[in-house]
Amino acid sequence: MPNCKTAVPYAGTPEQEERLRQVIEAHKGQPGATMPVLQAAQEIFGYLPEEVQIMVAEGLDIPLSEVYGVASFYSFFSLNPKGKYRISVCLGTACYVKGAASILNAVETKLNIQPGGITPDGVFSLDACRCIGACGLAPVIMINDDVYGRLTPDQVGPILDKYMEKK
Amino acid sequence: MNHIRSHIMVCTGTGCSSSESPKLITAFEAALKDAGMDQEVRVVKTGCFGLCAMGPIVMVFPEGACYTHVKQDDVPEIVSEHIVKGRIVTRLLHKEEDEKEAVTSLSETNFYKHQMRIALRHCGVINPENIDEYLGVDGYTALERILTEKTPPQEIIDALKKSGLRGRGGAGFSTGTKWQFTYDAVSPDGVKFVACNADEGDPGAFMDRSVLEGDPFSVIEAMTIAGYTVGASQGYIYIRAEYPIAVKRLEIAIGQAKEYGLLGKDILGSGFDFDLELRLGAGAFVCGEETALMTSIEGHRGEPRPRPPFPAVKGLFARPTLLNNVETYANITWILNEGWEKFAAIGTEKSKGTKVFALGGKITNTGLVEVPMGTTLRTIIYDIGGGCPNGKKFKAAQTGGPSGGCIPASLIDTPIDYDSLTAIGSMMGSGGLIVMDEDNCMVDIAKFFLEFCVDESCGKCTPCRIGTKRLYDLLCKITDGTATMEDLDTIEELCSHLKSSSLCALGQSAPNPVLSTLRYFRDEYIAHIVEKRCPAGVCRNLLRYEIDPDKCKGCTLCARNCPAGAITGTVRNPHVIDTTKCIKCGVCQTNCRFNAIVKH
Repeated sequence: MPNCKTAVPYAGTPEQEERLRQVIEAHKGQPGATMPVLQAAQEIFGYLPEEVQIMVAEGLDIPLSEVYGVASFYSFFSLNPKGKYRISVCLGTACYVKGAASILNAVETKLNIQPGGITPDGVFSLDACRCIGACGLAPVIMINDDVYGRLTPDQVGPILDKYMEKK
Repeated sequence: MNHIRSHIMVCTGTGCSSSESPKLITAFEAALKDAGMDQEVRVVKTGCFGLCAMGPIVMVFPEGACYTHVKQDDVPEIVSEHIVKGRIVTRLLHKEEDEKEAVTSLSETNFYKHQMRIALRHCGVINPENIDEYLGVDGYTALERILTEKTPPQEIIDALKKSGLRGRGGAGFSTGTKWQFTYDAVSPDGVKFVACNADEGDPGAFMDRSVLEGDPFSVIEAMTIAGYTVGASQGYIYIRAEYPIAVKRLEIAIGQAKEYGLLGKDILGSGFDFDLELRLGAGAFVCGEETALMTSIEGHRGEPRPRPPFPAVKGLFARPTLLNNVETYANITWILNEGWEKFAAIGTEKSKGTKVFALGGKITNTGLVEVPMGTTLRTIIYDIGGGCPNGKKFKAAQTGGPSGGCIPASLIDTPIDYDSLTAIGSMMGSGGLIVMDEDNCMVDIAKFFLEFCVDESCGKCTPCRIGTKRLYDLLCKITDGTATMEDLDTIEELCSHLKSSSLCALGQSAPNPVLSTLRYFRDEYIAHIVEKRCPAGVCRNLLRYEIDPDKCKGCTLCARNCPAGAITGTVRNPHVIDTTKCIKCGVCQTNCRFNAIVKH
């Protein structure tokens, strides 16, 4: 299971921890606060390591098991760090029937990682995602916030090269 | 006040935004300024026009000229020719496949001619980030009338019942009856909730996203009216985190509504309080199920709970809760303003009004369409959608996503409404409509949807957690060519168990794609099992690549490109593929310049 405890050491800064404390304070006592707090925590730290989950559990005064339960249930939450460039290959129906599998294959081959994985240098991470709703442009991939549509497998290499040069 | 003589509407829905339409806005503003016309021409960012395949789309009013595939380089020409000289740039106008003549107005195109826009009535018409524009199209007149006249809630509920509006999220339950149940329910402490399901999880569906991106205010107004009717003062909108533009526009809209006193305490001085809160989903399909959605808002793992009690009786935080889908809410103010009679006159006997579909897959005009209930699949696919591209033959359409089923080409004249779709083994679903052509393998498609359900099963009940996985394994056996005919019986038995014993709709409907493809494409299943052949040429393990020695010129291109080193041969002599080494990637076929490589 890719979503277990991460091997990467925790590297949160005091500033990040302070921001999290403020978020927890703002949501404390509000019904159903766990998800909004975890969403904010993921935005601050980029992912949800055990240390952050403990802070959320203690801050909201709920069991750690419940925080872990929520964090591991939703695919949006990641217990592993993400790359500098997060690649999401859409495998929604519209993209799938238009050949998204071969696009994913091209990315996997080029970077030598599987969905859920990250390159050893931490530059690229790869995820297969559900429909992002840009079905008119199928097949689609997203790299961070950039969308690339109407792709063919041979376009994947040059696109990734662009980011490799930037790194 | 400056006189505005022309409006340039630029679509900023997700489809067009992905094609860089926001940069067009900046370019238009700069070009207008250069031409000294920035005081008399206004650039408006709008929601989705629907024709996503042609994006980015720019419409110029009052002429109504619809420009498609607009690039930044085209902007100066549109400004200097159209805006300054009044000459329409015909080069960029939308053209239909079979017509040489470009049409100026979008409403004349086949794509729009058959449509009727109720839920999408404001999409592409108003700036979704400006409440004044919503007020300008009769926005908030329904709420204002209800609050000032103190309309009895029962009157509103009766109007909805008589309109015949049914839930647009998929199941098609009568909206008026749902409001009645919540209205009648007694809360222990008087607290009730109103919620909106914007967790549009069906892959290939983007109706709700487009409504929220193009017209967030009509959903907010309808929820406020719902709050007044059932007696709730707090509402929640549960929306997918994957829809950043929709989230942003909802936040802006809620903020502006509060500023105008249309949301919050003492709305319009009537003494009625209603507040709205956004809750972001976190990527779990099961949260589209109503009880799972509410568990998620409560801050837990989004697992469904058994019904009854239904949400109308005991929902969010154990209080009576009215939960409707985005598109359902988008119909409400139209019905209240135009009258239920007008709504009930549209559609079929048991399905009234219109339905929005997200057309996707192998279809020329991918995009968003809204048609009266009872429109045939033929009209949607051929007249509006323009048929399958590249001259391919239409094979089937999938409605209802992973919970629905396929409609084969033989049933293309079926009028689409809730009951006719259920009768042929599919379902309305939320409105995703994926078109498949002769190159799609139906076993592969069924496997795709099932894999989705395996991934998204929350794991709470055993039939769904284990049943979907076992069913998936059986389908893999078929596409791998190792299945027997007995496996088909096992599949059908397993499907009926899943349907009858799963806790929620996810598991109960997971077998639908398998059952409906088995019903209409059984011969394809049998070809895989008995002949070890995939008729559509999709299932990799059943494929065989061969080189036609008569056509092969011995150029060595295929051998050099083969990643598995499976091709041997010498220069100018026919090459041979070693089928034991071949990984069936198809690279040889794409590279061959002489069409010498054949796929069986």
